Amino acid sequence: METTTVERPQLSPKDFATDQEVRWCPGCGDYSILAQVQKVMPTIGVPKEDIVIVSGIGCSSRFPYYMNTYGMHSIHGRATAIASGLKAARPELSVWIVTGDGDGLSIGLNHTMHLMRRNFDVNVLLFNNQIYGLTKGQYSPTSEENKVTKSTPMGSIDHPFNPLAVVLGGDATFVARSMDRDPKHLQAMLLRAHGHHGTSFLEIYQNCNIFNDGAFEIFTEKGSKPEEALFLENGKPLVFGATQNKGIRLNGLRPEVVTLGEGYSADDLWIHDEGDLLKAQLLTRMFDDPKADHHLPRPFGVFYSVERPVYEDMMALQIEDAKARKGADLDKLLRGNEVWNIV
Amino acid sequence: MERKQELVQDVVIKFAGDSGDGMQLTGTQFTNNTALLGVDLSTFPDFPAEIRAPIGTLPGVSGFQLHFSSNSIHTPGDAYDVLVAMNAAALKVNLKHLKKGGKIIVNVDGFDAKNLRLANYPDGVNPIEDNSLEGYEVIRMDVTKMTREALKEDKLGTKEKDRAKNMFVLGFLYWMYGRNIDSTEQFLQEKFAKKPDILESNLRVLRAGYHYGDTTETFTTQYVVEKAKMAVGSYRSIMGNQALAYGLIAASVKSGLPLFLGTYPITPASDILHELSKHKNFGVRTFQAEDEIAGISAAIGAAYGGQLGVTTTSGPGMALKTEAMGLALMLELPLVIVDVQRGGPSTGLPTKTEQSDLLQAVYGRNGESPMPVLAASTPSDCFEGVYEACRIAVEHMTPVIFLSDGYIANGAEPWQFPNTEMLPAIHTEFKTELGHSEPKFQPYLRNEKGVRPWAIPGTPGLEHRIGGLEKENVTGNVSYDPENHQTMVRLRQEKVDKIADYIPGQELDNGPDTGKVLVLGWGSTYGVIKTVVKELVDAGHAVAHAHLRYIRPFPRNLGELLKQYDTVLIPEINNGQLIKLVRDQFLIDAKGFHKTKGEPIMRAELLEEIKKYL
Repeated sequence: METTTVERPQLSPKDFATDQEVRWCPGCGDYSILAQVQKVMPTIGVPKEDIVIVSGIGCSSRFPYYMNTYGMHSIHGRATAIASGLKAARPELSVWIVTGDGDGLSIGLNHTMHLMRRNFDVNVLLFNNQIYGLTKGQYSPTSEENKVTKSTPMGSIDHPFNPLAVVLGGDATFVARSMDRDPKHLQAMLLRAHGHHGTSFLEIYQNCNIFNDGAFEIFTEKGSKPEEALFLENGKPLVFGATQNKGIRLNGLRPEVVTLGEGYSADDLWIHDEGDLLKAQLLTRMFDDPKADHHLPRPFGVFYSVERPVYEDMMALQIEDAKARKGADLDKLLRGNEVWNIV
Repeated sequence: MERKQELVQDVVIKFAGDSGDGMQLTGTQFTNNTALLGVDLSTFPDFPAEIRAPIGTLPGVSGFQLHFSSNSIHTPGDAYDVLVAMNAAALKVNLKHLKKGGKIIVNVDGFDAKNLRLANYPDGVNPIEDNSLEGYEVIRMDVTKMTREALKEDKLGTKEKDRAKNMFVLGFLYWMYGRNIDSTEQFLQEKFAKKPDILESNLRVLRAGYHYGDTTETFTTQYVVEKAKMAVGSYRSIMGNQALAYGLIAASVKSGLPLFLGTYPITPASDILHELSKHKNFGVRTFQAEDEIAGISAAIGAAYGGQLGVTTTSGPGMALKTEAMGLALMLELPLVIVDVQRGGPSTGLPTKTEQSDLLQAVYGRNGESPMPVLAASTPSDCFEGVYEACRIAVEHMTPVIFLSDGYIANGAEPWQFPNTEMLPAIHTEFKTELGHSEPKFQPYLRNEKGVRPWAIPGTPGLEHRIGGLEKENVTGNVSYDPENHQTMVRLRQEKVDKIADYIPGQELDNGPDTGKVLVLGWGSTYGVIKTVVKELVDAGHAVAHAHLRYIRPFPRNLGELLKQYDTVLIPEINNGQLIKLVRDQFLIDAKGFHKTKGEPIMRAELLEEIKKYL
């Protein structure tokens, strides 16, 4: 038998750009994220028409307008719920949810958590800038304590969320963190998120240069990044520092920083295991105030990745099973079991 | 001994007892048995919002009203011929609606000192011992004792034995109305297939109740209701929520669109979810979301993906869905929002009926947000009505609101079910590729109906973005242009208005084309209006009845029709909602009749009201 393969032209990042003018503020971290997503999309082996980007409300949620795929800019906090319905209906699509710290963790946290629990095979990109940008500068659920903003002139008295600890608490099957200022790492994380069968949750530190400039610069800027950012690699020891001279070892359940060569070697360090839930929980709790003395570095990379059955697959199985057992005779359904005739 | 069979035309029975007495089951079983005889019927279950209110108390009384007749009937009846009272509270709550001379079947055991106290009877007063029930025929049965007696050989505990009490009453009533008990025996065999002990005890008590009637010499008469003169055809009994679920499945099959239900449980709509979740063999996807908002949002996602998206709810849930309904309207995607109304506002009266979400349905969203609104008039009408809602949603690319209410949802009636070949077609059209003269896909380019194309993800070359921000006409790009916004507001309104060209004109249900009074109804008041108008027409009065399925837009000829009568009277189970829409659109001085007691309008009260205008 002859088979024909339709050759599709290799797409480039440009093919994923739209004719719409990008309207984020000049210098916004969103530009870099958009660029990395456009770079990665041609490489994931999914036809452009099978990709759908669903967003809620907020600066980040303008994202779909700039991606030449299918897309929906929906309502505040509900992108996760809309994407759940879409994925349940059309499991073959590659569904990406773009949300922010307000959209996904404040108004929409409920749905975010239930998405984790159900484990639809979708990807969540949560742009965390620790501020409300679109409404012009109020504190967000990830803003640090005592933050002075338009709505908190005396400083915020809210305690912030730790997003990755939150979703891991909801039994997320893939949890990762990256940053707008590290394109290569971000691309790698996007690929990992896509490759995960189940809900992938990728938090992206994103700079809002208008309302919260420099919120993450300690992790992203050359001078401080090596000392403050810890890049995770599965199966490898937790090493960081300008000369890769520092590491994290576990003292019981307590992570501590050690200097290699000073009584410790790589063999003494914590070896990262993406399949270990307890260790992943410890990693998410490496969430110190970077200004505090003796603080731990902030981890970036894949914290946790495990397989668990995905919702849409199980839903499809039940439907197939019911069809096989009962058929689908509409007249029989309407007729029911107890009929009488008037003649 | 000699048995007398008396022919009666029309019977209303009220089964009343404690919430735990199984009155809903008893009523449903008697209903099915009645239906199979080809007798016309109408039911009205009436139960407390609490799962188990304190046993024996007035708020704990659960009732099931069944009206059956050899005539054509449309309501569960104003007053009962027979009241089954399992305890003192049930008697106290229901006695006021028992006809003079009616029968009361009392469970004597339910009238002990404790039950009397719980029912707030004064010390020493027992209505079945004193003469206060004079004028009624009281049939005293010690149901508990006889149930235990029938099960004395069984190993079950007393508590389990007592649970079968309702079967004794049911068996007795089957005897009293000359029935056979096969339908309930079969039901029990299926229900307790895996619990042979329980099955055996229920069967034994059911038969004991039947034989009690048969052998006790006090009962000499059986009452038989003959078949009703209904149109030739095949019938089954159906409840409103069940018919609604079937209508959705039928629309899915006929449109070729898989059905997706995104919902959150809420009384009295939950049974639609329960029913649909049984029919996955039709490709039905039921998604019990984390809340009302996620329910409708998921349905919007499924609709975007090319499925028949549906969400079901009641008033409070409808309020939560409001913002997402606006999104669906802006996206111009098909979606069906079912609101099984209950008493409001707020949590209101969860298990009681009301028609008070109409204005919420028509107006309850931010911005200029026109949305078609349809309503069911009877339990079986839920099938056709929601099918039509689906047709409009899909063919006109719009969210559609379908209103039912608690009275219809739980009520049952005979249904001449359709042959599915006869159901009207639902035309589904996905845009699959660009036309020759289209350089670029324009997601908001409208056809002659004002309808935009439905291009679903997975279609090469039609990639596009939609969202809740205002759309530029034709392109669908985001636009804040003032002229464009005005244009889009107008186009969205015109699209909904044009649906009036694709629905039937309003017809009269009964009565002359012109005359003194037109009774204009919508929703579950259908049965009582039909009953009363028929009486008046038969008596020679110039009264007519029209009942609306389409409320937004109204049928094209409605305004003209209303002008043919001196008075337009609009009875509603709310504080006057349809009347506002009618006055607003047609500038007529319509009269209202409003009842907000959480119960249906009664025949007698409507009759009195109409007479004022004759």
